[in-house]
Amino acid sequence: MIKKFIYLEWKAFTRSASFGANLAMKILLGFLMIYFSLLFIGAGVGAFYLLKKMNLEPLRTVNRFLIYYFLFDLVIRLLMQAIPVLNIKPLLVLSFKKPTIVHFSLGKTVLSFFNWVHALFFVPFAIVLVLEGYDVIGILMWLLAIFSLIYINNFLNIILTNIDKLFVVFVGIAIGLGAAQYYKLFDITIYTAPFFQGLYAQKGLFLIPVLALIGLYQFTFKYFKNNLFLDAGLSKKEDIATTENLVWLNQFGTLGTFLKNDIKLIRRNKRSKTTLIMSFFFLFYGLIFFGNTHQPAVMHIFAGIFVSGGFLFVFGQFVPSWDSSYYQLMMTQNIPYRGYITSKWWLIVIATFISTVLASFYLFYGWEVYLTIVVGAIYNIGVNSHLVLLGGAFTKTPIDLSNASGAFGDKKAFSASAMLLTLPKLLLPLGLYGLGLYLGDKTLGLLLVAGAGVLGFVFRNTVFSIIEKRYKIEKYSTISAYKQKN
Amino acid sequence: MIQVNQLSKKYNGTTVLNINNLEIPKGQSFGLVGNNGAGKTTFFSLLLDLIQPSTGHITNNNIQVNTNENWKSFTGSFLDESFLIGYLTPEEYFYFIGDLRHQNKADIDALLAQHEEFFNGEILNNKKYLRDLSKGNQKKVGIIATLIGNPEVVILDEPFANLDPTTVSRLKKIIKDLADNPDVTVLVSSHDLQHTVEVCDRIVALNKGEIVKDIQTSKETLQELESFFAV
Repeated sequence: MIKKFIYLEWKAFTRSASFGANLAMKILLGFLMIYFSLLFIGAGVGAFYLLKKMNLEPLRTVNRFLIYYFLFDLVIRLLMQAIPVLNIKPLLVLSFKKPTIVHFSLGKTVLSFFNWVHALFFVPFAIVLVLEGYDVIGILMWLLAIFSLIYINNFLNIILTNIDKLFVVFVGIAIGLGAAQYYKLFDITIYTAPFFQGLYAQKGLFLIPVLALIGLYQFTFKYFKNNLFLDAGLSKKEDIATTENLVWLNQFGTLGTFLKNDIKLIRRNKRSKTTLIMSFFFLFYGLIFFGNTHQPAVMHIFAGIFVSGGFLFVFGQFVPSWDSSYYQLMMTQNIPYRGYITSKWWLIVIATFISTVLASFYLFYGWEVYLTIVVGAIYNIGVNSHLVLLGGAFTKTPIDLSNASGAFGDKKAFSASAMLLTLPKLLLPLGLYGLGLYLGDKTLGLLLVAGAGVLGFVFRNTVFSIIEKRYKIEKYSTISAYKQKN
Repeated sequence: MIQVNQLSKKYNGTTVLNINNLEIPKGQSFGLVGNNGAGKTTFFSLLLDLIQPSTGHITNNNIQVNTNENWKSFTGSFLDESFLIGYLTPEEYFYFIGDLRHQNKADIDALLAQHEEFFNGEILNNKKYLRDLSKGNQKKVGIIATLIGNPEVVILDEPFANLDPTTVSRLKKIIKDLADNPDVTVLVSSHDLQHTVEVCDRIVALNKGEIVKDIQTSKETLQELESFFAV
């Protein structure tokens, strides 16, 4: 029986649309996977020695912050990890026993990227601990408990996933606790650290998470089994629709028509909402670079572009794929391509502008830092917005709007390829800024980058014509690609 | 109105459509029948420039569809659900299409009022997005949306499929009304011979991409077609 399931899974995997993507992309993705794996493993190995150098007891320090680690893990899962319920419908009427179906679909989540990625950090870390003379049995118990907790998160996500906006609550808890700790009001780690430390030091304590995991699995199993009906757990959640006219956009003519549609697109679909939240997180990317003396100065512009460009990178990247499910309609309507592209461009520009305003909290780091961000925004509007739209003509991955997975997807590796496409958009400003630093100073570097942005803006119409032509050439292959949904 | 010249479509060496010459005069109601894989949808997709012809071309009102896009302003079409925008309510969808065809809200409201019976109270003001409507109700929306802006050419692929019997008879009336208008050319494809015969002046049967019958509808047409498709 299980063999049949594995056969189906294998077919689903090898025949998914993105697996068949071109070879170059696959190789690049492979490299990226290896790179990130090495990064995690390196962090696992390095964490011990780094903490030691900072005169901290490594295990104790890691244990102290584990509570945040697990909270954030849960938030990320709620945002991105998909639950595997959808494709069991056709199995219901075949001769499979219900428990088998449920066990299998739950078992499938165990292999998810969101679980094994943690092993890349914790396993090397544990090995180093053992090599450095920590008690082997203790470490094994600790590791077992950690993995139980990771899988507890996995199943919690499955149960909680149906509750909308829950991740906001968890983000709130995490930020609240973090802030309370930072300002020395309340330190949650005082209470949780002894527990995590106890997993290592105290024999038998590790049984608590292990038993909790077993209990949770039982609960999830029962929950699913009882809901394995078309009108219960397998039903599609229907939203109560409200008609919005957004009349104020009418004054912009055709542009307004498209903008209206795009606003509804973003607000009413899970996938696009996730994207919007992800682009919000980009705002904080600069915190890694600014005020950090370990980073080379040239990287500042890198951060400057990312901070204001979140929406541009995660949403703009997939124009016109956002409209993939009704692309045939668009192609038969009396639509000027120019108007379509312009409206997407405006959407990106407005989002970039809002991001720049929101990023004004970087003024705490001084006006120079904020200036870097503003220059990044100018470059984003002038150059990157065009590049993103041009790249869109070649991005022929249909987007299933209702599905939140795929943002980092299990099989689709969606965002990974998206990130690859962003690299060229960063190299040029990096080069210009570096050149400015080399020839003169920071100001010259910023001037060069901003100049490129302004130049791009001036030649906007020419660039739009090129983009328009590209879209027309790619029309037929885009239509046929969008028809292949999985 | 529509002129087909030496049109063919091949996929990997297999010819799926091959029409040497076909002329559909203005005002005609044209029915396309045939089995699965006969090339009905392929023909409509070519007519709408959604796929590229291997050879030949189609002109719509003297505009060659794969080189000039001006046919879009007077052609309304509905092939399948991919012509609907799932996250809009039916009203929003109609207004969106209306905006693109330069119709104001009042024009759309008038059109919707005219077809209230066809909607059967299941479409408007229902607090549902298009993606949550049943297949049949989605189809109703798509069909009425093709009529926005008084198009001169209306193309409907399998309009009778998925509709309940009452709606089918109402739809037949809508298509007949369109057919009676001498300025509107209607193209309908279907598996259902009887429905097609009822609403069309002329029926063309396709088989494996070739035209095998081309008849003006008369009393004997249904019988002729039935005996043709019977094995």
